[in-house]
Amino acid sequence: MFKLWASAYKEFLLLTRDLGGLAVLFLMPLLLVITITTIQDSTFKTLEVSKIPILLVDQDQGHVSQNIRENLDNSNLFEVVMATDEKEAQSLVQKGKYQLAFVIPEDLTSGLDQKVRENVETMLSRFGIGEESTASVKSKWSPKEVRLYFDPAAQQSFKTSVRSSIDQMISEIESKTIYKAFQEQLTDDESEVIFDTEHFISFTEINPDTGQEPMVPNSTQHNIPAWTLFAIFFIMLPLGINMVNEKNLGTMIRLRTQPVSYATVLGGKTLVYVLVALVQFTLMLLVGMYLFPLIGLPQLDVSGKLPLLFLVAFFAGLAAVGLGLLVGTIAKTQEQSAPFAATFVVILAAIGGVWVPVFAMPRFMQTLSNLSPMNWGLNAFYDVFLRNVGLRELIPEIALLFTFFIVTTLIALFYNAKKNAV
Amino acid sequence: MIQISRLSKKYKGATDFSVHSLDLSIAEGEIFGLLGPNGAGKTTLISMLCSLLKPSSGSFSIGGLNYRTNKNKLRQRIGIVPQEYALYPSLSAFENLSYFGSMYGLRGKLLKDTIDQQLEIVGLTDFAHKKTKTFSGGMKRRLNLLSGLLHRPEVLFLDEPTVGVDVQSRTVILNYLRKLNAQGTTIIYTSHHLNEAENFCTRVAIIDHGELICEGQPKKLISAQEGAHHLEDLFLILTGKALRDYV
Repeated sequence: MFKLWASAYKEFLLLTRDLGGLAVLFLMPLLLVITITTIQDSTFKTLEVSKIPILLVDQDQGHVSQNIRENLDNSNLFEVVMATDEKEAQSLVQKGKYQLAFVIPEDLTSGLDQKVRENVETMLSRFGIGEESTASVKSKWSPKEVRLYFDPAAQQSFKTSVRSSIDQMISEIESKTIYKAFQEQLTDDESEVIFDTEHFISFTEINPDTGQEPMVPNSTQHNIPAWTLFAIFFIMLPLGINMVNEKNLGTMIRLRTQPVSYATVLGGKTLVYVLVALVQFTLMLLVGMYLFPLIGLPQLDVSGKLPLLFLVAFFAGLAAVGLGLLVGTIAKTQEQSAPFAATFVVILAAIGGVWVPVFAMPRFMQTLSNLSPMNWGLNAFYDVFLRNVGLRELIPEIALLFTFFIVTTLIALFYNAKKNAV
Repeated sequence: MIQISRLSKKYKGATDFSVHSLDLSIAEGEIFGLLGPNGAGKTTLISMLCSLLKPSSGSFSIGGLNYRTNKNKLRQRIGIVPQEYALYPSLSAFENLSYFGSMYGLRGKLLKDTIDQQLEIVGLTDFAHKKTKTFSGGMKRRLNLLSGLLHRPEVLFLDEPTVGVDVQSRTVILNYLRKLNAQGTTIIYTSHHLNEAENFCTRVAIIDHGELICEGQPKKLISAQEGAHHLEDLFLILTGKALRDYV
């Protein structure tokens, strides 16, 4: 046990003597989480506060196009800029000046009015109401097409979201036009209310845990767990370099001639680097709780969750250290360990759901994500932060992280024993 | 003290043995010099004796302990001073010694007193708390020496302990080693400084191409070889003057 503590103390000294390394370990993750959260938060605000400028080409100039314009204005998503020429609008969007151009075709109002009126008259005449002569004469109308031009660089999610909003808006306008046509056929008094046009079906989001409206998770609650985990797993980079350094310095050879096991040497590193992970986590929490509100970002709420959060951070730290020990044991040079560790942690983050939620991944990647320790850690953090679970529900994820640590460390020990068998 | 029997080592992919069927016996209290040109097999032999390399065949024992069955006991009884400075540059001399001493099981006051005492002997007391990356080559060499013998090993292996140091540092190192030897430590030492070996060793062995060419007391070996006045003459007669470049 004394040798373990001595090893840990040596690691502590080595770490604290390397100020550049400490800065990378502690400041870079903070910079990362502040940057990412600021960007993501401003993305939300862009949609909610600062509207996206779009071009509207109104070739209809009727009440339907007027209605569309009012809906776009009232949506709080867009700032409508009028354009007269479709080709010019198309060109501006192609150049990326606008994300979207919206072209309302000629005679949309008259065409829609006529189609609805004729349909209504036909229907009423079947019920024996209205003038049969006019209902029987059908004009030739062709369907109208609202054209959308998207910036080629616009993301698919943005396109889908806009299409969905516009589709809903057009359906509503069509419904209102139908109601209006019925109203005109049934009464001459415009003020008379015949139809209740309010939506009959609405939806409410309910938290499956509390049965009440859910607390909407903000960018901080999403980013702190994800990027903290990313930073924790980045430990494998300095840890791998530390171990390769020991080989290059010859100190590892000296240790091999001493009555100390490789497990003890790794144990000392584990104690210190898990401590580093916990300090990183603490700093991240402090930044989320105290710095974020000062710079206009949502505050991190950790009330009543700290013990479980630290438990998850501890086991995530163990898993990251296990991986670092394995990389450091196998790698012979820094040129092997550093690029591998840096790339591998990014791959683990990608398949772990740090950037793109796992449910949004292709099925194969979803299966693969189950193998990423970062996915287990992220789920555990989300369980605590957003699902308010207890210790019992966390056990499977914690067990996976711990097993990962044990397996990677055992492989490192086995590899070392095999490589240096005497 | 050390019994080596038909010890061989052939590296993976190599065509020749680095050490071939070597028999050697080293008595307790000797200062034994392992001499040979570059690539002769000296470092390979020492690495096997220190449990760093697995022999291809043969066996050896140190103090009656077989290396296969008593690895940890053996490691406690031997000390090694490698050719490279096996030190942590960002730790002080005291911290380096404290760590390596701890790995031998030394602790507390005993560890501290031993370190203080040893640092004084090699003239590093004033630099005990300076980081070793600021040390000169001679200071690092002396510290490297201490790192392998804090636990008072029965057998001390030294791989070129005086390479690249000035005369002053070399004198301190050799005097200290003589003192240790007088206290009962058996020393096995490799060097290319043949004059140094001639004066320092009680017995030497010259090995070449992994095989033992001769062994005995330096003076006796020199007088037995016609045309040899010093160990260096004997060495060149036995190993030839051809360059020994190898990869």
